[in-house]
Amino acid sequence: MSQTRKKLLVDPLIDNNPIALQVLGICSALAVTSSLKVAFVMALAVIAVTGFSSFFISMLRNYIPTSIRIIVQMTIIASLVIVVDQLLKAYAYEISKTLSVFVGLIITNCIVMGRAEAFAMKNTPIDSFVDGIGNGLGYGLLLMCVGVVRELFGAGSLFGIVILNPVGDGGWYVPNGLLLLPPSAFFIIGFLIWGLRVWKKSQVEEPEFKIQTVEDH
Amino acid sequence: MPSEKKDNIFSKFKKLPIDSIPKTILVAITLCLFCSMIVSLAAVKLKSIQQENQIRDKQKNVLQVAGLYSEGINIEETFASFEPRIVDIESGLFTDKFNPRTFNDRKAASDPLLSIALKDDPASIGRRSNYVTVYLLKNNDGTIDKLILPIHGYGLWSTLYGFVALEEDTNKIFGLQFYQHAETPGLGAEVDNPKWKAQWKGKKLRNKDGDLLIQVAKTPGPSEYHIDAIAGATLTSNGVNNLVRFWVGEAGFKKFLTNFKDGKINVSN
Repeated sequence: MSQTRKKLLVDPLIDNNPIALQVLGICSALAVTSSLKVAFVMALAVIAVTGFSSFFISMLRNYIPTSIRIIVQMTIIASLVIVVDQLLKAYAYEISKTLSVFVGLIITNCIVMGRAEAFAMKNTPIDSFVDGIGNGLGYGLLLMCVGVVRELFGAGSLFGIVILNPVGDGGWYVPNGLLLLPPSAFFIIGFLIWGLRVWKKSQVEEPEFKIQTVEDH
Repeated sequence: MPSEKKDNIFSKFKKLPIDSIPKTILVAITLCLFCSMIVSLAAVKLKSIQQENQIRDKQKNVLQVAGLYSEGINIEETFASFEPRIVDIESGLFTDKFNPRTFNDRKAASDPLLSIALKDDPASIGRRSNYVTVYLLKNNDGTIDKLILPIHGYGLWSTLYGFVALEEDTNKIFGLQFYQHAETPGLGAEVDNPKWKAQWKGKKLRNKDGDLLIQVAKTPGPSEYHIDAIAGATLTSNGVNNLVRFWVGEAGFKKFLTNFKDGKINVSN
């Protein structure tokens, strides 16, 4: 794999994470991270959709009229999402039951549209595919991080395996109910972004304006 | 000549820029046709597997509520020991109008000929089908071991679909189980928690006078009829309370259960 392709794949994981740096795709990150298993399948679905939608859109990029390009992108993304949803219903029925509407909502995930519009419309299919997979992975990585915190402290388990035995089942751990509710993901993502920017100073944004000090006369 | 003219139009079209209106329309139509073909192909090809999954899932839940399910058993084989029958809610008797193996309860509930609109609707289901599939689990000698009734109603976010299993006397609950809902994970979705479900076992629906006393509530009541509500999920608990009371009540299976108890129903085939 050439150096640039590798960069396309690895960059979105930490240096240019779609959730942490670009702050895209927050909506579904809030909804599906209360259990790891669901977050994992959701991440796989998003990786597949971003990868293939970027690939197909890039293949067609020279034939897409600018006036209808967003709708064309949307149509391709939506078709892929429906196919993924149908596949899940057929081969992973239990999980598709818990994911319910969120698979359908991948259509509105800003990461997918963002990569299509910003990258796939200007680059070759293979590069776009790698870029899509990379961004999907970046999304998935953050989803898993949030999921670990939420499931471990909210329900006392990881991937459904009990780690901290909760009081409800006769154990000692009192689960933190807040972590199971969507707003808790906001806090966790906030802390993750904070931590990431302390570690990687380059991600800190320039202030948009400065307060000017006025000298006294 | 006609062919030359055609060529002209074609080559003219080819020279048009991508952003011209005819080409835009052509791209839009081709893309739509192509995408709709892919989508419908996926839907049609996978439909049979999906339906099988749904049926399997429902059967698994019938087994679970009757306490017959364990990991790795052959669901279809075990399910064969249940006998599906259709109950006419109005008369409280079995009916042979439909084939119970192919009857679709959900479709019936939205069919104006087969259902009624509810005026008093505690379970918030809008319409109730007059014909409902129940499952009988028989002992070897042909007597009834358990009676499995489908129930559904609204919780906080979603309609909960499930089954309640009654012992042979039609008053004692053996188990309760929901197979489809979208309540909050960790809160309302605790209706799936085995610990909470275990509470239902052995509870009674009615007292000797026939008063419906079963209740899901926060405040403790007589232990024979009381189910502890789920902490942090008041609305889901209320929903479960309402839907269970609705389905075993006057507008639900009450007549059927009374007939059953009085031996007015012939359970043999």
